[in-house]
Amino acid sequence: MRALLLGLAAMASAAHAQGGGREQALVRMVRQDCGSCHGMQLTGGLGPPLTREALADKPLDSLVATIYQGRPGTPMPGWRGMLSEAEAVWIAEQLVNGFPQERRAAR
Amino acid sequence: MNRLDRRHLLGWAGAAPAAALLGTLPAAAQAATAASPTGTGDLGVVIERARGTLALVNTSSRTLLAEIEGLGDLSHASVVFSRDAGTAYVFGRDGGLSKVNLLSRRVEARVMQAGNSIGGSISQDGSLVVAQNYTPGGIKVFDAKTLELVADIPAEVAPGKLSRVVGLRDLPGQRFIFSLFDADAIWMVDLSDRSKPRVSKLEGIGRQPYDALITPDGRHYIAGLFGEDGLALVDLWDEVPTARRILGGYGRGEQALPVYKMPHLKGWAVAGRHAWLPAIGRHEVLVVDTATWQEVGRVAVAGQPVFVMARPDGRQVWVNFALPDYHLVQVIDTVSRQVIKTLEPGKAVLHMEFTPRGEAVWISSRDANRVSVIDTQGFETLARLDIDAPSGVFFTSRAARLGF
Repeated sequence: MRALLLGLAAMASAAHAQGGGREQALVRMVRQDCGSCHGMQLTGGLGPPLTREALADKPLDSLVATIYQGRPGTPMPGWRGMLSEAEAVWIAEQLVNGFPQERRAAR
Repeated sequence: MNRLDRRHLLGWAGAAPAAALLGTLPAAAQAATAASPTGTGDLGVVIERARGTLALVNTSSRTLLAEIEGLGDLSHASVVFSRDAGTAYVFGRDGGLSKVNLLSRRVEARVMQAGNSIGGSISQDGSLVVAQNYTPGGIKVFDAKTLELVADIPAEVAPGKLSRVVGLRDLPGQRFIFSLFDADAIWMVDLSDRSKPRVSKLEGIGRQPYDALITPDGRHYIAGLFGEDGLALVDLWDEVPTARRILGGYGRGEQALPVYKMPHLKGWAVAGRHAWLPAIGRHEVLVVDTATWQEVGRVAVAGQPVFVMARPDGRQVWVNFALPDYHLVQVIDTVSRQVIKTLEPGKAVLHMEFTPRGEAVWISSRDANRVSVIDTQGFETLARLDIDAPSGVFFTSRAARLGF
């Protein structure tokens, strides 16, 4: 698993290198769409909080698996239809480090 | 026409857009307008999700009147209205409960009543406002005038263990009903004596109730179940109400799709004698006969339904969807049970609200930063309002409707 993760992390870095457009889209997706259950500030709702503090003792690979495959028996869906696995890794990494705020255009 | 007259006319024409612009001025600049006597029946509010503001709108002129700030995290906000339809109570995700005067456009009172909140209700007589909370799990009852705490009812299902509360609805007789997501239960609370709330409980109603609706007559409470195929029904006119399962096994044992967004049941999806309900994890709307509570049909739709809402006359049912199909809205004709129209009003449709008598529907498109006003007969777009990341749309006509 660890080797797989390292591979995925490398892919995530590749995704990172592709530029900020997709990352911005992922940030928006987490804030807005994940936010419908976890809260836009990720402080929790029907889903648990996803703040840095709340995730402090969670291993990265279990976060990635939860994002990508979902958690059976709970409302958490697998997001594999929406994300690549590398993107799930990227999101998990951002979450444990404190998820970035969405960049919003001035109105 | 001579030149002078013409210039005069042009002058008037030039003045018209200036008057229209008034609608976009900040609240302070409109104090004079706000102070003049006016009704509230064609007012409404739209949640600006990201900015934590409330957009005040007029549903007759289809204009944005003002924006009211300082309401906290509104990422899953909902609103109920006072009986005089002059006050909006705004329940924020962060547990903030705000009382907003729609005429003065000011926040008159605000309390932080929980850590994580999911909405609220107002009592039959308008004297009590109740919030339903995830953290701490339970409901809190407030005086509608002052927002002073009247009762705190934790959803304690085992010593020290609280359940998240969903599906709170008002019932006749100063009563409320709600579901416990973590405890597979439905509780009712009677607040006719506000100093002595009386709680009655129904256990084992089905796995993971996620939201609920009350029929327009206040008789039937229906909780959607996430943890199983089916819904829980309570007939509140029974001497001793019980919960029974309806539509058991509607998924026919097939693997449900991943649910990227929970359906919402608030919004009467009762049209005539039928209830129209979202199927969980399926691209279907279920049709149920409210006399027998048997399924009488199902309509295939473009995605997983989130809101299934009947136009006030019940002739149409409008449906929006979870992502990835949330750029679509579909209209079902309730007589033929056919999808008669598919609309694309803008990406990330989060909510719909009918005008009081249903000639138009307002649809919020979060990612398009737009609310579209659409004619429900011809489906043409009557107006578009620029509103930042709009989510819930709430019109004051809710003030007079049970369950809203």
